[in-house]
Amino acid sequence: MAINLETPKKFRPLIGNAHQVAMNMLRPISRQYDAAEHSYPHELDMLAAMIDGMSDSGASEGAGASAGAKVEKTVDGATRNGTNMASALSIMEMCWGDVGMLLSMPRQGLGNSAIAAVANPEQRERFAGVWAAMAITEPEVGSDSANIATTAHKDGDEYILNGEKIFVTCGERADHVVVWATLDKSLGRAAIKSFVVAKGTPGMVVERLEHKLGIRASDTATLRFTDCRVPAANLLGSPEIDTKQGFGGAMTTFDNTRPLVAAMAVGCARASLDLTRDLLSQAGVTIDYDAPAQNQSAAAATFLALEADWESAYLLTLQAAWKADNRQPNSMHASMAKAKAGRVGSAVTLGCVELCGTLGYGESELLEKWARDSKILDIFEGTQQIQLLIIARRVLGLTSAQLK
Amino acid sequence: MGSTKTTTQGATMRGNTDRFGVPASDKSDLTGFAVGALRQLSNVQLLDRWGVRESVEKLVARATSTGFSTAMTAQRTVRSFTRGGTNATGQRSALAQSRGVFDLTPTEDEQMLVEVATQFADEVLRPDAAARNETCDTSEEAIAGAHEIGLHLLGVPESLGGVSDERASVASVLVLEALARGDMGQAIAVMSSGAVATALSLWGTQEQQQTYLSTLTADDPATASLALSEAAVLFDPALPATQARTTSEGYVLNGAKALVPRGLDADFFVVGALLDGQARLFVVEASAEGLSVEAEPAMGVRAAGTARLRLDGVEVGEHSLLGSAEDYRECVRLARLAWCALAVGTSQAVLEYVTEYVKTRVAFGEPVAHRQSVAFMVADMALELEGMRLMTYSAAAKVAQGKDASREIALARKLCADKAMRIGLDGVQLLGGHGFVKEHPVERWYRDLRAVAVMEGGVMI
Repeated sequence: MAINLETPKKFRPLIGNAHQVAMNMLRPISRQYDAAEHSYPHELDMLAAMIDGMSDSGASEGAGASAGAKVEKTVDGATRNGTNMASALSIMEMCWGDVGMLLSMPRQGLGNSAIAAVANPEQRERFAGVWAAMAITEPEVGSDSANIATTAHKDGDEYILNGEKIFVTCGERADHVVVWATLDKSLGRAAIKSFVVAKGTPGMVVERLEHKLGIRASDTATLRFTDCRVPAANLLGSPEIDTKQGFGGAMTTFDNTRPLVAAMAVGCARASLDLTRDLLSQAGVTIDYDAPAQNQSAAAATFLALEADWESAYLLTLQAAWKADNRQPNSMHASMAKAKAGRVGSAVTLGCVELCGTLGYGESELLEKWARDSKILDIFEGTQQIQLLIIARRVLGLTSAQLK
Repeated sequence: MGSTKTTTQGATMRGNTDRFGVPASDKSDLTGFAVGALRQLSNVQLLDRWGVRESVEKLVARATSTGFSTAMTAQRTVRSFTRGGTNATGQRSALAQSRGVFDLTPTEDEQMLVEVATQFADEVLRPDAAARNETCDTSEEAIAGAHEIGLHLLGVPESLGGVSDERASVASVLVLEALARGDMGQAIAVMSSGAVATALSLWGTQEQQQTYLSTLTADDPATASLALSEAAVLFDPALPATQARTTSEGYVLNGAKALVPRGLDADFFVVGALLDGQARLFVVEASAEGLSVEAEPAMGVRAAGTARLRLDGVEVGEHSLLGSAEDYRECVRLARLAWCALAVGTSQAVLEYVTEYVKTRVAFGEPVAHRQSVAFMVADMALELEGMRLMTYSAAAKVAQGKDASREIALARKLCADKAMRIGLDGVQLLGGHGFVKEHPVERWYRDLRAVAVMEGGVMI
């Protein structure tokens, strides 16, 4: 026990490797797949195989989003630096390379996180090695995910799914999709369950792919389910509708995934800061950490303010991951990390474009791309406003009925 | 021991102060002069008619709130020092060892210390905060209480009469945070000597430790203050206007330091001055010829008893030079980090206070906390404060391990300066008109939190 916020020593090789991958694999193809939206970066297959190899050897400590809530052995009751932190740190590096590519990483989908968080041991075994996308949002339901309209009806040993899901990251490329559906809309959030649906299941079709502001290397799909029959054993967690337990089960996924999305914003923003620092330095502007900001050039002072906000987001993200690793309640801290990183991701990437002028705005550098990529990170897995609601309710001790 | 010296208190006109903040380009015309004459006349009549001239003048002497220029002298006893020891390197605290693990759990010792400091802040500092804001000082009881706990000796190794066997930077930020949650001004006052004790422990020679540090670790400890700020626009502590010149006997110092905590009470100071183009630290005894202090109250942290320190040809011996030029730079950083810790503590006080307030204040039939526009301001406070806290701890842990924390400290200072002021500002806003009146403490916290971006020195970890 002793306060220390430096990156854990045992994860430094992982961070170093991820950084090398980001630098030498992702960055060189980053612009290419931004321009060629919807074309699959086949380079990622090789990379995914490499990451799987590292996972099997135990060297990676969970390099992708699939880490979730893996059981970690404890060392003499001391603090743990586990898979949540390892994932956050490696995702930061990968997103320093390219956010869209990280989101397209085979077998590292957000659905994998959900499986890791709520699946029973049998399911965890059965779904090991799948690539699972996550389907929650619907045309009429965004942040109020308790109101989803996709239905699941039990029929013998199967559930029959009906409904439309939008904004499904990797919805086309993934081989499985974790779908949220309600067993009985009248029973509210307690009746919402998640189902693992294998690609090719009759009744499930990919309707279209979105054209987007950023993360264009990542496919964002609309899926339609029409009398789609799923084995009952593919329902994650308990099939009982426990109105007392409510949304807890499904929502715990967010406690693990929000710090990871925060990590994406932190990584993307650091790419902008690193390049901008370099470009400013070439222009003769160096950042002095000892001199008062207002005594330095306006560019340096602006940079210092952006970097300070970035550092705050970075540490909040590590804190949320650390709490998850140590089984401390982290719901509020996950939201703090997500809210701060989301807004900082935008402020930093947009600020760096401004600092670098037309060099930042033009496509010759990647700064303009990062300013487009970062925006989604303040939206998916819970918008800025949803995070503030969660934080405010916790701090003020108010229910969702009191603080709407 | 002890010699008597003269302390001058009161307002002195300088810079733009005799123009009441009117820019130099803005000239009075004939009407203006006539209005000014009328004002002076009415002052005389009103004060005499109400019979309050005497009390007004006393007030002015302590706090420069109006355009009066008054000086008064006070006799007080200043400690003298017995030199001893050699010029050899002094004793140092061991560096904290890192296990290379990310951890946000304080040690058991730190947790106990925070508990004690929190209780002290709740029971002694917080109840007296409003009164001390008016009197511009901190009670003997508060200072004695902090000394009894040993808060001023956190940075002093056990072998020198202190309380830590290793570098206690993390403990120091935790304590400053806990104290400032009670009251920032008094927190500075009770930790002022501690800043100097830490500096002497980190950089002092045997002689400096034996001569000066021993007076701070004594049962009836001396008072000391770390004077780095100066009253100048765009002040950079790396280039103080205060000058040190080498003489055959030692050094001669000329200049003035601004907003020095407990300046009127200090037995000695550690002063920043430029020597051969480099900023350095000097130990200066309060009894030195040519040294004078006067009260210099500010917008906030008034309980810290801030004062202007003047050095007019003050001669000090060779033994007065403390540490190297790099040590001076480190001193500036460690002071900034201490201000971050203070910002975290006072911001926490704001958050707790407004949380309670918005949940009980009813408008339009329900608590105002039920409105997103209010609730989101509280959420913003909470998350920005958490970031401030983490950045402060992160830097302190690096300092404790002897690592270069200049980047982390600069970023923590920037974030704390911006977000703490925002928290102070929103704290007043959330109480509406009630936030603006002194019935509630938020207006004081607003004034205190402005200090974070501005102050150099005074406290240190």
